[in-house]
Amino acid sequence: MPGPALAIAGLRKNYRQQQALGGVDLEVAPGEIVGLLGPNGAGKSTLTKVACGLVRPSAGRVEVLGRRPGSPQARGELGYLAELFRFPSWCSADELLQLHQRLAGSEGGAAERAELLRLVQLDDVASRRIGEMSKGMQQRLGLAQALVGSPKLLLLDEPTSALDPVGRRIVRGLLEELRGREVAILLNSHLLSEVELVCDRVAIIARGFLIRSGAPEELAGPARVEVETATGIRVFEGAGREETPRIVAELVAAGEEIYHVEVHHSSLEEVYLEAVGGQTG
Amino acid sequence: MTPSPLRSAAIVIGLSIQEGIRRRVFLAVLVLTVAFLVLYGLGAHFAFKGADAFAEGETKILDPHAFTGATMFGLAMFATLFLGAVLAVFLTLGVVRGDAETGLLQPVVVRPIGRTTLLVARFAGAALLSGAYVILVYLAALGITDAAGGWSPDHLVGPALALALGVAIIAALSLLASIVLSVTAQGIVVFMVFGAGLTAGLLAQIGHAINSDSLHEIGRIASWALPFEGLYAAGLHALISETSGLTGVVLQLGPFGGSEAAGPELVAWAFLYLAAVLSIAAVVFSRRDL
Repeated sequence: MPGPALAIAGLRKNYRQQQALGGVDLEVAPGEIVGLLGPNGAGKSTLTKVACGLVRPSAGRVEVLGRRPGSPQARGELGYLAELFRFPSWCSADELLQLHQRLAGSEGGAAERAELLRLVQLDDVASRRIGEMSKGMQQRLGLAQALVGSPKLLLLDEPTSALDPVGRRIVRGLLEELRGREVAILLNSHLLSEVELVCDRVAIIARGFLIRSGAPEELAGPARVEVETATGIRVFEGAGREETPRIVAELVAAGEEIYHVEVHHSSLEEVYLEAVGGQTG
Repeated sequence: MTPSPLRSAAIVIGLSIQEGIRRRVFLAVLVLTVAFLVLYGLGAHFAFKGADAFAEGETKILDPHAFTGATMFGLAMFATLFLGAVLAVFLTLGVVRGDAETGLLQPVVVRPIGRTTLLVARFAGAALLSGAYVILVYLAALGITDAAGGWSPDHLVGPALALALGVAIIAALSLLASIVLSVTAQGIVVFMVFGAGLTAGLLAQIGHAINSDSLHEIGRIASWALPFEGLYAAGLHALISETSGLTGVVLQLGPFGGSEAAGPELVAWAFLYLAAVLSIAAVVFSRRDL
């Protein structure tokens, strides 16, 4: 069985006196999409940058496909789209991909570039100058750039922040396609609904610590069943849809009159807000 | 397959050149250089004409032709160094911290190229372009001076190479500054260092003229601390090193005289200095969080 695409253990990072990460453990398996959630300043971008080799860790162990982050071998296997990025405004979409093909040592040629532009639906503007593209188009181009050379690990920091709903749907479809190709993806995002839709696992980070982790359906599991009876509303914490018939039967057996039953699911948003304690950066 | 460092460096150098062409940097430089050369040509023409006039009827203890030619070409050397320095600084402006702050650097750095290769390639691109530029302007000024007054320097190759090495050193210093300073601060610091070097060189000239050991020593130390100035002064010296008599003495004492010859020590030191600046830059860059 292959090892994790990204393995992080006890990762700490201090910027002078400021602690950005206080000891984070996280793994991303091949073909797995992990959503990294957290308020602004929680340390999400720092974690991603450490994995890319852009930021040096203060302590802890990080491995990208078994290699030291920042090593040529590790960089040869990953694709990265930063939250804040800019490409040379004077070159075209196709020229940018060509440049990154050469830097990555990709031998995909024109076919790879055409395929990547098609995936992000920019194939009709391949020769347009980047300076003439909208921010959303540039972000999609950034995704195509990150995919040059068929990386095994994709690190995406807010990849849909500038996209409209259609653009977000394109990216969702792309991420699902990449999962099918066994590409491991770490996705930083503030868009909880998007994370819930596409991610296999979610990690919530706050003040530099990982505070919750699990599959979205585990985290956003059923929270309670509320039953309106003649004597008032009875709340059954932790119960879900499956437990509802039993709860109702027990209440009826106990002589209660049932007027209304509601199953409440805690959404990922609720889990997130509870986990971060309403903190914002 | 991960590209070799040499191939990666060639890609980045090519990118720098392509950027310069596409962003019309070279076009702007070309237009301004042509303007400078036209102005210089007019100046040289009238200077030689005036030189012939002031020599008439005088006892020729001073060769007006050589004096005018060397002074005008010394001025051209100064302007060439200045233009080359401007080009070197602009080609390296904000290439690390500035580009990192705008998000232009990170997509390239995460590629297998490696930070040291990237830095050396950016230096090589800037040094090659600004070095080639100063040599071309030098040759153009040489042709203009010859056409205007039939004068040519005592040594042709040495001063051109000294200028090229000088601007390479300025490019390296500017690159180092780009790692730790913001774009504006980088520009200010590098031009102030450039100005300080030239001022120290002039102090040495004055020290030579008035026979002041202290001033001469200050200039000498500055030439070693900022070798682009030492190379420039040596280049000026080489222009007139074979000019004898009072003309040679007066030229050496003038602002474009150059009192010091470039020994092999200075050239060796300039290369060592360049290597040291680039090594420091590579270490600082490798430790910098982006």
